[in-house]
Amino acid sequence: MSPELLQVIAENGAPSTHEAPVLEKQELLRLYRAMVMTRALDERAIQLQRQGRIGFYVPSTGQEGSHVGAAFALAPEDWVFPSYRDQGVALLRGATVVELLHQCFANAKDNTRGRQMPVHYSFKKLNFVSVSSPIATQVVQAAGTAMAMKIRKERRVAMTFFGDGATSANDFHTGLNFAGVFAAPCVFVCENNGWAISVPLEGQTASTTIAAKAEAYGMPGVRVDGNDVLAVYSAAKQAVDRARAGQGPTLIEAVTFRMGPHSSSDDPKRYRDPALCEAWKKKDPIERFRQHLTRKRLLTAELDREILDGCAAEIERAVVEAEKVGPPAVSTLFEDVFAARTPQLEQQWEAIKDAVGRGVVGKGPHGEFPL
Amino acid sequence: MAVMTMVQAINQALRLEMRRDGRVVVLGEDVGVNGGVFRCTEGLFQEFGGDRVIDTPLAESGIIGTAIGMAMYGLVPVPEIQFSDFIYPAFDQIVSEAAKMRYRSGGEFTVPMTIRTPIGGGIRGGHYHSQSPEAYFTHTPGLKVVVPATPSEAKGLLLSSIRDPDPVLFLEPKRVYRSLKEEVAEGDYSIPLGQARVVRPGRHVTLVAWGAMVTDCEAAAKLCEQEGVECELVDLRSLVPLDEATLVESVKKTGRAVVVYEAPRTSGFGGEISAILAEKVIEYLEAPIVRVAGFDTPFPYALESVYMPDAGRIREAVLQVARF
Repeated sequence: MSPELLQVIAENGAPSTHEAPVLEKQELLRLYRAMVMTRALDERAIQLQRQGRIGFYVPSTGQEGSHVGAAFALAPEDWVFPSYRDQGVALLRGATVVELLHQCFANAKDNTRGRQMPVHYSFKKLNFVSVSSPIATQVVQAAGTAMAMKIRKERRVAMTFFGDGATSANDFHTGLNFAGVFAAPCVFVCENNGWAISVPLEGQTASTTIAAKAEAYGMPGVRVDGNDVLAVYSAAKQAVDRARAGQGPTLIEAVTFRMGPHSSSDDPKRYRDPALCEAWKKKDPIERFRQHLTRKRLLTAELDREILDGCAAEIERAVVEAEKVGPPAVSTLFEDVFAARTPQLEQQWEAIKDAVGRGVVGKGPHGEFPL
Repeated sequence: MAVMTMVQAINQALRLEMRRDGRVVVLGEDVGVNGGVFRCTEGLFQEFGGDRVIDTPLAESGIIGTAIGMAMYGLVPVPEIQFSDFIYPAFDQIVSEAAKMRYRSGGEFTVPMTIRTPIGGGIRGGHYHSQSPEAYFTHTPGLKVVVPATPSEAKGLLLSSIRDPDPVLFLEPKRVYRSLKEEVAEGDYSIPLGQARVVRPGRHVTLVAWGAMVTDCEAAAKLCEQEGVECELVDLRSLVPLDEATLVESVKKTGRAVVVYEAPRTSGFGGEISAILAEKVIEYLEAPIVRVAGFDTPFPYALESVYMPDAGRIREAVLQVARF
């Protein structure tokens, strides 16, 4: 049995089958701005990558409704276990554009100290857990954090994001199974964008839907139009409320589409028909939400322009600021492996310090690294 | 002081730390009601309840993955993998996640967690209940690897591991679980990670070992003594961090080293020890560094006693080195 597809806003922006959630104007505009900012940042970051100014990028274009909408249902004290395509969640929870760009430039102000490829963000202050490249590892960790929340009798929720490809991975099964067994307050959000790099959904699963898999783990499975931010929010709000009330986990399948490449290193023309993107453009989550807000008289053309220009200006300021910052110091290579350096790390640091001093090593693509 | 087995010492350490620190939780297969298949967690479920002593579904990546989530959130999990031979489904979570979390998050997220798991042969456990996988893990930056040799060592090292701010793989030599009894101090004491132990001093040959092999080396040292060769036995206790200073000091004195480990010979941790000695004390060496190890075969069932290094093989290597 496939669950029905939950939809609040039809593709033309008109009301659809499900009732709109009750949200204040300011909340709706905050949601809209986070989506617009995510899209604008993606577009700018891809340019930066093409110009060789950042090394890599993973755009989330087309999926803003899914992850921003779901994360909007969380409270600040809840925890998020994102995938690498969820920058909108970081922005929504309060990360600034310049913080994201410091990470993309892997500079000395990157709070993760230039240790990972771009978009592998981590924000402890936002309970936004460090992004991993291996697929689905965060799913089982989210279940563990949710178990800990329950053990501590705190009314908090862990929400994790992953793609359709991740549902084939061991840790998807394991995470949902543990959460089901322990009735952990965990919300699993699958952003089903149809493609795991080059492999389409039917190459990942013979299941009718991803939401249907929830049945096997003893939890509700909800299927929602992932390009309808209010539908995603409604589904997530219900799941978060259930989890907070001690009623256990939920699997949400947000049906969406990856409009861009898998990453800046990928060329989707090799494996999928560009006509597909054209069809999905008509379902664009930002355009659809814009029309909804306009219909509701919550967004005027002037306000919309102000938001767009505001986002663009903030991004430009952030690019200038982040690009000015130099690379991390060589010494950071040996920090945070453990809480304190082992004698072996100490020996290796002394050796490299000496080599840097003699000019043997220490030069990066953009000049010398400070010691 | 009470005479006890390593199982009892580990149980006592867990109980003590769970009483002292409410954040400590134990999780794994059969660790709760059943008290663990080796009984290391016996009585903990009854004392601390199901919220802190958790019987999990049968999935190693789930045990470690959820423990990581708990540790990042502020608990201090002590997950158990029933046999280290079954640890591989959790390999990704251990090496790519737990070990990398502090580094990749710039120090913001940490995973203070101690994974307990039995290692080694000598119990007629066949291929899948006997292996010694330490080298897979010592090759992982961000992960500490500890191997106790005796009951009192196990208690002190386990308490240090649980209190350590980083993930620790605590490898328990299951052959020693019940075969060796010794006096173990009551109450709280810890043995710092990264400090090797000179089990016995000697002038002629340094024996380097960890875990169950320490006992075999002691037996070999006694045999060699009868032939006039004195062994200095160094128990490394923790492979990461490694106490190079004690090792180097000993070999500078003896000029000879035999490294003993149960795991397959090629790429075993003993190779690392040999390389360190070659780099740091080659001018003191009077003989080649010799390894006594398992063979590059899967761990056998019927021929287990042939596979495992024992006092006889260690003795031969020591005499060969001493008379080089």
